[in-house]
Formats: sequence, structure tokens, C-alpha cells
Amino acid sequence: MLNAITMPPAPALTAWNGDAGMNALNRKLLRELWHLKSQMLSIALVVATGIMTVVTMRGSYESLVIAQQDYYQQTRFADVWVSLRRAPQTLRQQISNLPGVALADTRIGFMATLDLEGLDAPAIGRFISLPENARPVLNDIQLRRGRYIEPGAPDEVIISEKFAVARALRPGDSVRAIINGRARDLEIVGVAISPEHIYAMPPGSLMPEDSRYGILWMGERALGPAYDMEGAFNEAFVKLSPEADTLAVIDGLNTLLQPYGGFGAYTRRDQPSHMILQGELDQNRVMGTAIPAVFLGVAVFLLHLVLSRLISTQRGEIAVLKAFGYHNAEVGLHFLMFALGAVVVGIVLGAAGGAWLGRAYIGIYQQFFDLPGLQYAMNWQLVLIASMVSLLGACTGAMNAVMKAVRLPPAEAMRPEPPASFQPGLMERIGFAKFLPSAGRMILRNVERKALQSFMSSLGVAFSVAILVIGFFMFDGVRFLMDLQFREIQREDVSVNFHQHQSDRVMHELWRLPGVTRVEPFRNVPVRLSNGHLYRDSGIQGMQADGKLRRVVSSHVLTYPLPADGLVLSRMLAQRLEVNTGDWLHVQLLEGQRHQRQVQVTGVVDDFMGVTAYMDIQALHQLSGEQGLISGAYLSVTQDERSRLYQTLKNMPMVAGVASPADMLASFDTQMAQNIFISVGFLVGFASVIAVGVIYNGARIALSERGRELASLRVMGFHRREVAILLLGEQALITLFAIPMGWVIGYSMAWLVVQGMATDMFRIPYVLNPQTWLYSALITVAAALASGIAVRRRLDHFDLISVLKTRE
Amino acid sequence: MNTSAEVILQAEKLCKVYSMGDIVVNALKEVDLTLHRGELLVLLGASGSGKSTLLNILGGLDVPSTGRLLYANKDLTQASDHELTLYRREHVGFVFQFYNLVSSLTARENVALVTDIALNPMKPEDALALVGLSSRIDHFPSQLSGGEQQRVAIARAIAKRPDILLCDEPTGALDAKTGKLVLSVLDQVNRETGTTTAIITHNAAIGALGDTVLRMSSGEIVERYHNATRASVDSVEW
Repeated sequence: MLNAITMPPAPALTAWNGDAGMNALNRKLLRELWHLKSQMLSIALVVATGIMTVVTMRGSYESLVIAQQDYYQQTRFADVWVSLRRAPQTLRQQISNLPGVALADTRIGFMATLDLEGLDAPAIGRFISLPENARPVLNDIQLRRGRYIEPGAPDEVIISEKFAVARALRPGDSVRAIINGRARDLEIVGVAISPEHIYAMPPGSLMPEDSRYGILWMGERALGPAYDMEGAFNEAFVKLSPEADTLAVIDGLNTLLQPYGGFGAYTRRDQPSHMILQGELDQNRVMGTAIPAVFLGVAVFLLHLVLSRLISTQRGEIAVLKAFGYHNAEVGLHFLMFALGAVVVGIVLGAAGGAWLGRAYIGIYQQFFDLPGLQYAMNWQLVLIASMVSLLGACTGAMNAVMKAVRLPPAEAMRPEPPASFQPGLMERIGFAKFLPSAGRMILRNVERKALQSFMSSLGVAFSVAILVIGFFMFDGVRFLMDLQFREIQREDVSVNFHQHQSDRVMHELWRLPGVTRVEPFRNVPVRLSNGHLYRDSGIQGMQADGKLRRVVSSHVLTYPLPADGLVLSRMLAQRLEVNTGDWLHVQLLEGQRHQRQVQVTGVVDDFMGVTAYMDIQALHQLSGEQGLISGAYLSVTQDERSRLYQTLKNMPMVAGVASPADMLASFDTQMAQNIFISVGFLVGFASVIAVGVIYNGARIALSERGRELASLRVMGFHRREVAILLLGEQALITLFAIPMGWVIGYSMAWLVVQGMATDMFRIPYVLNPQTWLYSALITVAAALASGIAVRRRLDHFDLISVLKTRE
Repeated sequence: MNTSAEVILQAEKLCKVYSMGDIVVNALKEVDLTLHRGELLVLLGASGSGKSTLLNILGGLDVPSTGRLLYANKDLTQASDHELTLYRREHVGFVFQFYNLVSSLTARENVALVTDIALNPMKPEDALALVGLSSRIDHFPSQLSGGEQQRVAIARAIAKRPDILLCDEPTGALDAKTGKLVLSVLDQVNRETGTTTAIITHNAAIGALGDTVLRMSSGEIVERYHNATRASVDSVEW
């Protein structure tokens, strides 16, 4: 029809079908993206945060799992473990012959004190024998420096790498150990790592203490005679064949080793280093899914919120494009590109940041876990999934607003929106309005009129508060746990562990040691606790019922007095065994005369560390039928004599290890201090990105929506400050409302974290410090203030006349 | 004006009722109108008389509440959104009072916004030359005066060689001298390209430029006359 128009022939007027390179609409897109760059960047950062947590946390989790599996495979990490008193080497063949056993290995293992230069307190060495003419069949070591031991060399030793680093020991150096009461200077020939000491905790400790706990591998012909173990072993482990019945193998081992003082076989699940690593992995899997899901969810929510408001302000332009005959789809796509632009930048930043942060995150793991192949591996599939989720969120958010705008007839969309219909609200009805200045009334009415939008913005900011609450809560919880453990439960200055049970007559000897003002004995007995088909291998910890140095303390920091008879169980253990106070458990002792008895559960205590059964030491003596045996003692020591006491303990043959809660707490504090800054830094960063994303965009959009109104006020003689209050007051109100909401969300999410992270190793106490509430609010307010200041500067440079001249 | 020329647009009993907030407005009351090919129509009326509403309906930017609008014998009141879009895209050019230029695009790019999607457009440079803006084609709206911006808007509207050019208060935001310049461009485009043109204005003096003049008040056409000869833009004073 158009061609039918009568046109005067004009040679200059030739058909023009647009620039081949870029059409006007795309040019508009690029220019406007650039113009809105700070808003787009703040949205991109929110997306980046979401992607980053996925790439970092989930990626780290996968890297850890891969490193663990590879390492276990390379070193032939055992499946079932057992310790015993002493068995002849000939028994090894019988273990190999058990059905379901693919490979078996035996060795000698002992604890001994080390006398290290520059360290008062005795350090602990775990001595493990190595075959001299071959490598271990199972649980092989990996040499990092130096060489393997020479056959027949009496004093050669390979030491664990973390210990070597912490004590600056190298091959060629020597280390003094008190082996069975005799000081021996051992020559370090190599430095190695081992899959069973990925997380190397000294006995009785809660974390690695590399400077006072080392693994020392010696030739079995050198180590055997020192402990009267020539031609014998006291540790065995097996690798299962693929079709093996694990329980049958355990039973077979227990039956076979019972005459040799077997302490009960256990699976890899209960091997200390594996248990910690696996617990960490399990937590990581939960957190690596939950935290990114929260972040990504918040990012998608914010995208939705911000983009829909941003596009609403483009209502006029949408109408003009439609008036020219652009199709809804073309207009929709154009505005969708704003969303995509921000998201694509976010994805790139997030993937790059996530890869970088993943490496840093893995770096923290490397401090604690000795996993040789551990390095961060980028998983592009993760990036893809997270990107798709973000894109979807952005598109739905943008689509919403675009659809609303294109659905209007263009003529209507081109008219400025009719004056918003304000009606007397709650404020007027309760007569509150007349007490407010007009600025206050305008702010409140705006919020009231757009109640849903304001609420959603508040909810967005609330997530920033909530993320801070959760982050700080983790520190609060761990801090509380440590204080409880080291100030309320472990109140001794020094705990002493013996190689073997000693007669309680050694108590007198301990009392006479330098500086000792109090001695309380303890006894640990390995047991199998069963209730019907449920069983659990654990230890009964026998303590003095009226003990002052070591107590059973519940989560409410209340001392739980041990009853004269019966067992007090950790709640976790009681739950695993499905028993309650008053129920009876079948107890099989795994040492000594291996009595089997029914014992009543006389209490269940909410504790946080490990799963333990506590018993009055006298009752435990009764149960075992062995009176007066103790495993060690807790000592109270005067400060000035401590050094002399350590010197004496180092030379006592019966002492296998000495630990000091104060040292453990100090070591914990050092590690915590290093990592807390990094973690807090990221938390604050992430929370700020979210708060800024909402507040900055909210204020910028309000500025473009209400520019004319604000400019008119300025023309009428309002000061800049007064106008700024009008604009930013709304955001301030949104932020203030967000704080209590964020607290509630954070508090609820913290509860989920407590549930999700409860393991046999430890449970995080559900405790939040007052500072957590304060800081989470302050940091969010600071981020909101910074956003406000940025928008205020923009407002200050407003060209009043031009704002009034243009219609939109 | 030869009223025997082909009828291009015909409105019958157009009514438009809409509510602004809580108020119901009868913007148009049974308006009849015929537009012939090549005709220059001037719609006069005070603000609120309903002339913008009428123009919006004629341009397919809005739909009437009742009544019929026929374009080339097709009833636009029955048209789908898609058909209305095609109608605007292929046959209608708009000039708005407040220009509605995209501030992030230059004069040439603003025109290209329309030529990109038109079937047989002029080159943007040629359209801008027609309105006398060859020297300002790479300027952004903020670098142009009001009159220049309105001429860009006219170039943008005519570049697609529309059948109908609809101008809503094209001089409303301009001073008299600039306004005249803009009117002479519209007059020239109408004479040279034969584009059917409707101009709405509250300025009665502009009525002298049209073939047909309608006066609206309170949503109704209250006066209708034809000028035997169209006055030249220079002879019009306000």
C-alpha cells in the first residue's frame, strides 16, 4: 500500500535499509547500558556474588572429593582398622585369609614424647613402623623430601611434613624422642605424608597442632625391640574385596584378634583423620549447596526487583517505539537485553572471582588437610547451571515489567502516568500524620502506597542482614564452643596420658611432681554399646564424679553431676542408639576381660564435641572388674613450675602424651584469627553488594521516577538537603524495616545451619552474641548510607531546568 | 482541495471514555471524520477538547470505546494488537509535542530507529535534509534546540514515507519563529510528497494552512470548514 503513495521522483531519496553493522536500537541499547553503568554494575555484582559462591563452594567441595579419592587410591588406604595389644607376625596370614579381605597389613604403632628444642612442653610423636625391605602394603606414605629408610639402620626416621614445616626440620637434622623411657636421638632421613594423617590431631585435641604433634615412621626392626614387639604387631588393617560383607570381616577380625587383646575393628568411617575429612566434606556438601542456593536465590530476587523497576521507568520509551510500529517482541527483546547485559557481566565476574576465591578457599583447606593432589579445579558445568539460573531470574524479572509496559496502548503509555492515587492511609486514620512534617508525610505515603514494592525492597536488604547474621553466628558458635570446652569442661592445666593403664598408685607420684596442686585420674575404656540391632563403638570416659578439673557440662553451661552408677550419654550418641534416660544398653568391653553387661542410661547431656559415654570412674572400675587402673590424669599446676613439670614428664617412661588446654586454645585462636579476617571480609563484601544492589538502584530509580517532582521542589526553594531527605528517606525507612526482618531470617537460617552441620565430631551451639545483631545491622546501614551518598551527589548535580523541560 | 480524492481514513461515531484515577472522562463523543489522500487537516481546540485523543485513535495508538475507524476499508477498531502495530509501522508517521526523541541516539540514529523497520524508507540523511538539518545529523538531542529537535522528529516521521502523518501540537513547545519554521517543513512535506497530514493545535491561526479545519470542544467537533486556498506559512501570524 505504501508503494502506491505518489512520490515526486527524487533521486536523492533512495531506499535505505539500515546500517549493516548495527541498527539504531542496538546502538541505543549500548549507549544506555553505558549510561546506566553504575546501576548495571551493582546488578552485575549481585549476580557475580551468586555465581561466585556456587563456583567457589561447590567447586571446592568437588576438588576436595577428587583429591581425597585419588590420594586414597594411590596410597591404598585401608577399609577396616583394628588395634590390639600384641600378636605374632604369623597371624597376618590368617587375617589375609579371612573371607572378604583383599589385602592385609600389620605394623607397630606407639605414642612417645618428643623433646624438642625451643619447646618447654613435651611434644607428642606417633611412631609407626615401616617394612624395611618394601613399602607398606596398605596406608603407604608419600615421600616429599629425602629418602626411605635403609634396612637395618637403627635410628633413621621419616617425619610428617606438617610437623617438619612447623618445627623447621629437614632431612639431616635430628629429633630427640623418649622411647619407652630412653632418650634417643633419631636421624631424619625423609619427610612424608600419609592418607591416615590428612588431618593430624594429637590425642585429646580438637585440631591439628603441628608444632607439637608429629608422625614418625621408623623401620620395624628398629622400633620393635624398643617396645618389646619383635616379630609382633599391635595394629592391623585390611582392604576389602569388592563383594565383601564389611560386618562379617569386622566380626572375623574381632574373633581372630580377641585372644591378642583386640580393641575392636572399626571401618574407615571411624578412622580419626578420615572422619574429620569426611565430616568436613559432608558439611561442605551441605553448605556448598545451601549457601550458593541462598545467594543465587537472593541474586535472582534482586534482579527481578531491580530490573522490573528499571524498566518501568522506560514506559515512555516503550510507548514511542511501539508508536513507530515496533512489535511487542522487538520491544520486549530490547529491554530484556538490559537484563542480559547485566547478567552476562555478572557471570563473567562471578566465574573469574569464583575461580580465584576457590583457590583461596582451597588454600585454607591446605592449611589443615594434607591432601597432596588438592587443587581447585574449575567446573564449567557449574558455571553453566548457575548462569542459566541467573539468566532465567533476570529474564522473568525483566519480562514482567516489559509485558506490563507493552500491554498498554501506546497512547496511554506515552502519557505520564496519572497522578498516583493517594488516599488517606493508616497514618491519617490513626491521626499520626498531623504530628509529622510534610517531608515525613510524603515519605510515609510513598512507602504506604507502594507497600508491596517497599516490602520486597526491604526483604532484599534483609537478606544482606541475614547473611551477616549467619556468618557472624558461625564465629559466635565456634567461639562459644571453644570457651565452653576449654574454660568449663577442660579446666585442667595439663592432662597426662599413659602408654598403658597404670595402677592408681601412680597418683602419688603425680602429686609429687613440681608445681602440681591437684590430681584427678581418668580412665578410658573402649566399648561396643548396643541397643537391639543398633550398636556403636565408642569409649567410656570414666571421671571422678566430684571432679573439679574435668566436668560434664551441658549446652546451658550447667555442670551435669555424674550419677554414682550408669552411663551419661551425649545426646547425639543417645539418638544414634535410640535410647533415653532410664533405658538399658548392652555394653561390651573391648579390652581386659571383655565383660559384657547391661548398663542403665542415667542421663543424656547436650554437648557439642564428639559422641561420648561418661561414667563415674568407680562405677567403671566395677564394670570392667579391674580396680584401680587409670589411663591418665588431669593436673592443676602452678604457673611458675610448669616448665620444670614438663621437663620431668618428658623423662617419665609411662607418659605417652601431655596436653594443655591453654595451648590448644591459643593454637585455635591463632588459626581462627588468620581465617576470620578473610571470611569476614567476604561476608561483608557479599552483604554490601546485596544492600547496595537494592538501595542504590532503589534510589536511582526513585530519582528518575520523581525527578520532576524533586526538581519542582528545588525550584520552589527547597534546599538540596531537604530534597535529598525526601528521596533518601524512603530508602532509609526500607533499610530500617529490613534490619529486624533480616535478624529473624538470619536467626532462622542459623538454626538450619545448626541442624545441617551436626556431626559426630561436633555440633555448633545455637548461640548468637549481641555483637552479631549490632554488626549485622551496622554493616548493612553503612552500605545503604554509601549508596545514599552516591545518589545524593547525583541529585546535587541535577540540572533543574532541563528536568522540568523534558516530559519524562 | 479536491474532496473527490480517495478516502484514506474514515472515522464513524468515535467515542472514548477513560478513567483517570477516580474521575471518568468522556474524551470523545461520537466524532465523525473523513481524511482524503494528500489532504492537510488542521484540528483546532483548547487543551482537554479531545483532539489528542482523536489523533491517538487515528494513529492506532489507542482504541476507541465505541465507533468505527476504517483505513483503506479495513476496520481498525477490530484490529489485533499485531495488526495495529503493522498499521503504525507501515502507514503512519508521528510527530509529538515533546518530540520524544531517544536521548541516547543522534539525530541520524533517531531517524534510523524508524527506517530500520520500514519497508521502503528514505535514507535518514535524506529525511534530515528535507527538514533542513543536514549539518546536524550527528548531534544528540541535548545538543539541538527545540525547533531542531522537532524537525528531527518530523524527519523521523516522514522517513518511512508514511501514508498519514499525524502531528500532535508540533509547535506547542516552540517559540513563534521556530514554530513557523517547523510548520513550513510540514507544509512543504505535504505539498512535495503528497503525504496526508493531520496537525492538531490550540493555535487558531494555524487553521489557515489547512485544506480542512475542524474545531473541537469537550470531545465533539463543533465547527468544520474547508479553505479554498491554503495560506502560506509566512502570511500566518500569532
